[in-house]
Amino acid sequence: MAGLELLSDQGYRLDGRKATELRKLQARMGVFGQADGSAYMEQGNTKALAVVYGPHEVRGSRSKSLHDRAVINCQYSMATFSTAERKRRPHGDRKSSEMSLHLKQTFEAAVLTQLYPRSQIDIYVKILQSDGGNYSACVNAATLALVDAGIPMRDYVCACTAGFVEDTPLADLCHAEESGGGTTLSLALLPRSESIALVQMDARLHQDHLPALMEAATVACKGLSKVLDDVVRQHLQEVSVQTRE
Amino acid sequence: MRETPLSNCERDFLLKSIEAKKRLDGRQTYDYRNIKITFGTDYGCCTVCLGKTRVLAQVSCELVPPKDARPTEGLMFFNLELSPMASPGFQSNRQSELLVTLNRQLERCLRNSRCIDTESLCVISGEKVWQIRVDVHVLNHDGNLMDAASVAAISALSHFKRPEVAIQGRDVTVFSPEERDPVPLSVYHMPICVSFAFFQQGTYLLVDPCEKEEQVMDGLLVIAMNKHREICFIQSSGGIMLLKDQVLRCSKIASVKVSEITELISKALENDKRVRKEGGKFGFAESVAKERITVLTREEAPLEMTDVQATADEIISKADAPPEVVPSPVIVATGTGQVGEGLQSTWGLEDDDDEEEEMSDLTEREKKKDEVMVISDSEEEEVVILNQAGQSKCS
Repeated sequence: MAGLELLSDQGYRLDGRKATELRKLQARMGVFGQADGSAYMEQGNTKALAVVYGPHEVRGSRSKSLHDRAVINCQYSMATFSTAERKRRPHGDRKSSEMSLHLKQTFEAAVLTQLYPRSQIDIYVKILQSDGGNYSACVNAATLALVDAGIPMRDYVCACTAGFVEDTPLADLCHAEESGGGTTLSLALLPRSESIALVQMDARLHQDHLPALMEAATVACKGLSKVLDDVVRQHLQEVSVQTRE
Repeated sequence: MRETPLSNCERDFLLKSIEAKKRLDGRQTYDYRNIKITFGTDYGCCTVCLGKTRVLAQVSCELVPPKDARPTEGLMFFNLELSPMASPGFQSNRQSELLVTLNRQLERCLRNSRCIDTESLCVISGEKVWQIRVDVHVLNHDGNLMDAASVAAISALSHFKRPEVAIQGRDVTVFSPEERDPVPLSVYHMPICVSFAFFQQGTYLLVDPCEKEEQVMDGLLVIAMNKHREICFIQSSGGIMLLKDQVLRCSKIASVKVSEITELISKALENDKRVRKEGGKFGFAESVAKERITVLTREEAPLEMTDVQATADEIISKADAPPEVVPSPVIVATGTGQVGEGLQSTWGLEDDDDEEEEMSDLTEREKKKDEVMVISDSEEEEVVILNQAGQSKCS
């Protein structure tokens, strides 16, 4: 932990948040003209762009197409300037391909893929600035982009991280909290049914603390879903005002 | 070559049997297959058999300069290979999804949980540290590679011994095993993965899925834990909806399984140590002698064999004596005679005992074959064969 005090005696974290407080969330939908759906998302200092194309015919080898549902193709990349050390390869390394895979699995669970047999939905996500919670920022941005593209989903997919310091669950970790080597749980949740689309956890945690940590992440995800819903409604309002004129 | 897909019949059958809480190999829902851990002649070499899944792990080490960010810590490197030898579905040069997932999960399971003391691997701060490399090769794929790989990797790491080094000023001397005894790594804890397969959108759950079950499953949840009940990593995959309770329940099952497997590993390690001390055969040398290395070894069937003899006798005493068939040589052409083989089948026509048709059909067919070779009293021979089979299975 390098002597960093992640949680002060007064119950404040490094950036002055309380244990269950989320970072400031800002998002815009429809940022690109060419794409079918797009969104920009800021979760504290983590910034992500998501673009959705499709559903369209399967590109590349025809053998990939599924007869009963759509294929979801995800590509995750990080801008070379997104981290403190300059990244050499924006995508294609093990971590990025794992992340792409996780995003794909998350959205396979959430998108109603059976409505578009033999077709493909492309989701491209890029991290512009990385400050912890990359996976969750990507999921949230991609959800907004999918909504913008008008692709039916079971529910919003909200993702959030949670950590565990001194017997207290912390919601929405920043980079300093994440890199300390403590427990990090990422949860992608469909808030209305409380069903989990993806869960992953790293570093050690005693089994007895797992329920508390998952509860904290669930609450955080539900809080996020309200913000996402607001963003969507506001966007719709703006669009409808524009089209009326 | 692509993986052979399951036919619809097989798929339906598997799913139906899972619904009825039955599995193909007769296991219960939460049962593991047999785990066998064997160590090689070298330190840090370990094969793990999980049912028919076989995985080989080899640990090696070398001196390298450390990373700038952590000058006093040794490095850990994990590499898992899926060779086409293990399954026709694996291709040697492609970064498949499975390969990426397994590699990353292994890395997260063993490196991020800090089970090995990396600081003790430092030789000269900022200049030379040990890099521990773990190569995991999949030898045969019959499902649940992750669990087998994690058991193999952690057993190999616990078994491994690195060469002793001495530092004089800036000179580093590496001693060969003959000069000074090699030192084992300090292993803090043993994280072990337990995989849970979900079927029918998470309604049914199985532990340790075999290959066929993996092909019909909807999703997978992998939980790595150590025996202190600390969760080292969790990963869900496969696009299913889970509920919080399911994850918590799985973690409870995992804790039980992990303590069993940890026990097994420590027993295997102890056993290996003892045998090495005694100077006996160990590692693969042992397995070769018992002809365990080939696939053709026969497992003991976990079946009730106690009353086989009695039942067999009973069936034979009840059954009517099969009609005697006298082989009559047929002369196809001048100078050739033929008995049995190639004759027109007559048993279907003159067969008149209807009770237990199949039994008599089978015995008769067998008899016909027998008669080609030896012409003898067939009924007695039948009894003898059954006796032998029964006794050998019983003993």
